[in-house]
Amino acid sequence: MVEHIVEKVINGDVKVAAKLIRDIDDGVQGTREILKSLHRHTGNAYIIGITGAPGVGKSTVVDQMIRELRKNGKTVGVLAIDPTSPLSGGAILGDRVRMQRHSLDEGVFIRSLATRGQFGGLTQSTRSAIDVLDAMGKDYIIIETVGVGQDEIDIAKSAHTTVIVVVPGMGDHVQAIKAGIFEVGDIFLVNKSDRPDAERTLNDIKTMIDMTRKKFKKEGWEPSVLMAEAVSNKGIVELLNEIEKHRKSRKALSRESILRHKKAIVRFELIDMIKSRLVQEALNHITESLEFQECLDCIIGGAKDPYSACDELLSAKLSFLE
Amino acid sequence: MSTKQRIKVLISVIGLDGHFTGAEIVSRFLMDAGMEVVYLGIYQTPEMIVNAAIQESVDVIGISSHASNYEQINLLIDLLKKNNMSTIPVICGGSIPKQYAEALVKKGVSKIFPPQSTSDSIVNYIVSTVKRENVTGKLNG
Repeated sequence: MVEHIVEKVINGDVKVAAKLIRDIDDGVQGTREILKSLHRHTGNAYIIGITGAPGVGKSTVVDQMIRELRKNGKTVGVLAIDPTSPLSGGAILGDRVRMQRHSLDEGVFIRSLATRGQFGGLTQSTRSAIDVLDAMGKDYIIIETVGVGQDEIDIAKSAHTTVIVVVPGMGDHVQAIKAGIFEVGDIFLVNKSDRPDAERTLNDIKTMIDMTRKKFKKEGWEPSVLMAEAVSNKGIVELLNEIEKHRKSRKALSRESILRHKKAIVRFELIDMIKSRLVQEALNHITESLEFQECLDCIIGGAKDPYSACDELLSAKLSFLE
Repeated sequence: MSTKQRIKVLISVIGLDGHFTGAEIVSRFLMDAGMEVVYLGIYQTPEMIVNAAIQESVDVIGISSHASNYEQINLLIDLLKKNNMSTIPVICGGSIPKQYAEALVKKGVSKIFPPQSTSDSIVNYIVSTVKRENVTGKLNG
């Protein structure tokens, strides 16, 4: 059965692949076995991460990128991630709205994913979904992330090239870049560049890159800054050319650097996988125990404080913890 | 069912119909009910909706209709059949006159929600109708 599903996926069966991604996302038992077999068919796609604050035009940029890649006969898989409501657990996944002209193109597979909070790991199911698209034989996989948070950095680690989209006239926006995602950008795209202050935003980013030049030189790539007006398809060909340049620069690295990069990525992914599994299993182990129920009652009855209860449960249930 | 499972709904406006408010409001309260909603927007053809439903692997398709283009909904039902996707219920909402509503149900639309339907009635209907099918489920017998 596993081999049967794997075969369908590598033969590009959209229905089976789509359902498999759904099962992975839902944590359905048995998907692990399929992923294990699928893994040896992966590693051929070029993975591009697109990130940036909400409303900067990420979906539109992705839409135009798909168009240009299709012109060159490349097949494309897209994972468009939108946030899960922390209140209800539901989500509105609206990224397809900007990409609808590709919906009848067999060379394009677009899939929306919700972040789904902490457990199970955002990167975990995203990473597995990438594997599915990769095994389907897509030449390019574009991951469009939600606009804010730590997750962006994680996704950037899984992508070969990370593009950060910004727009002019948001000073605080540039501040946000300074704080974190700035460090993982390979290419910066100043979108909506017909707006006033585009030049200034471009220079701000260039200055910041200059300040960290030493760090980037070592990696063999200095981040570039481009202008674009994605809505009218300006600057998209240049963006793809730059991505290609980055791809070549990665190939030109020394054997040791490539190996070091690869090891860092594999390490990150493995740790992430262990982490989400560990948290899930440990939590199940604790919360399904009688002691856990007793602790709840004790805290409600005032016989115990939650801090002591936490300590007791951890040392009773996870004996390796001190 | 694993605690991670969510009902996934596709919401779209079909054909030459630009009334998006209803579709957006429905999307919003389905999200508030804990569902994942793939929102397609307006001017979608039956082909576009079916392709999106395949790629997104949804449990239900919801069509908002305010422009009397019921033939498009019929085509959607036919296309789902052609793709062996008839197990996915199609529900419709909007200003659909009674006689047309009856014809659509006869055609295979699972349920029509006329104006003034409560959000609860829609949520409850989806929850009670959805049958989660999974690829890997077959593995576990």
